[in-house]
Amino acid sequence: MEKTVVDVNTLSRSFDGMTALDTVSFRATAGQVHGLVGSNGAGKTTLLKHLLGLLRATTGSVRVFGLDPVRDPVGVLSRVGYLSEERELPEWMRVDELMRYTQAFHPTWDVSYERELLKTFALDPTKKVKELSKGMRAQAGLIAAVAHRPELLILDEPSSGLDAVVRRDILDAIVRAVADDGRTVIFSSHLLDEVERMSDHVTLMHQGRVALSGVLDDVRSGYQRSRVHFAQNFDQPPVLDTALAMEGGGRTWSVVHSGSLEQFRHSVVARGGEVVESRDATLEEIFLARAGRSGQQAEAA
Amino acid sequence: MDITINLADGVPIYRQIVNQVKYLVASGLIQPGEELPPIRTLALQLKVTPNTIVKAYGELEVSCVIHKRRGSGTFVSEGRPQQVTLRERRRVIEQRIDGLLAEAHQLNFSTEDILRMVRERKTAMDETVAEPTEREKR
Repeated sequence: MEKTVVDVNTLSRSFDGMTALDTVSFRATAGQVHGLVGSNGAGKTTLLKHLLGLLRATTGSVRVFGLDPVRDPVGVLSRVGYLSEERELPEWMRVDELMRYTQAFHPTWDVSYERELLKTFALDPTKKVKELSKGMRAQAGLIAAVAHRPELLILDEPSSGLDAVVRRDILDAIVRAVADDGRTVIFSSHLLDEVERMSDHVTLMHQGRVALSGVLDDVRSGYQRSRVHFAQNFDQPPVLDTALAMEGGGRTWSVVHSGSLEQFRHSVVARGGEVVESRDATLEEIFLARAGRSGQQAEAA
Repeated sequence: MDITINLADGVPIYRQIVNQVKYLVASGLIQPGEELPPIRTLALQLKVTPNTIVKAYGELEVSCVIHKRRGSGTFVSEGRPQQVTLRERRRVIEQRIDGLLAEAHQLNFSTEDILRMVRERKTAMDETVAEPTEREKR
């Protein structure tokens, strides 16, 4: 049976009258990697901060391991590892002091894992946090987030602004947490190919709402990308059933559409066209269709 | 293990892995009894979630291409990868061919061009197998 680690129910939150989260529901199941995607300002970080008890739910409920992170921060945070987007770390500490400081909060701290990662990353433990490069900061933050082998690892834009080497270190930590310990991971990213490769479940947020959420392979198979030829030219994208986004011009159009291919094909034929080729859409195509500019047009239409 | 993931071709990642392992076994590039990389190793190499490898290996085990030995690892099974039905094998290949033809059409290659290029690639691959690369020699 799939065990629920995170259960967010119809969570809403606004800041100074601006809606940041609008009836968001989100579940994370044990042993799975959950990818969170969406444009800047879509609400990803706000959602993650609620899981950590850093923000209190205005309406709706947040449960992590069945606990309320605001009412029971120790019960939740001792079992969670978190790497924030800004990588806030105490600047005045040395790297080894940061490790001892973090260890103090976590009885399950694994010193040999900490040492192994310090060595792999070639991090100098005597260096001050404020002297670290951007990549080294991320590595130090990562060790602090994973060395207690948390049941739930939350990474907010872990790859943001990092070179390929450090991005790989991050992916390595995710893979190890899941493969070796059966842990649960939630990570947000704007790198859609990374999310597509690394996630078992994907949730797309758009303007404070969950636009879609599900098992990645199911999400992908629910959307198709088809190439369509028409007998006549179209100056404007032709209206087609289930179409979410269209690119092209004249007689040839590429269309991202949802639902059954039969229904779509029927609609194309009715307009004097034929479907030349169809395949499951990529996450990026779905993302752009649901949250991009053309998606907004399609919603408005 | 030489596997490449193509996110653009619309085939689920676990299925791409299943297809390519089947191909590697059927073509003799990996031999019966040979050990497959552990889940963590392959997940890291391909930069995919470990559960995708678990799913792919699970499906390969069900179709008797590989088997797990308790406490040791995952190995290529002895015998016939042809246990995969002809229909299934055709379906896998036809999917790829359809994509190839559509792409070729888009890029202005004729079907004859494509057939010739497939043969050329095959010849080039055979030569690579005959002469191991620098990396494999080490």
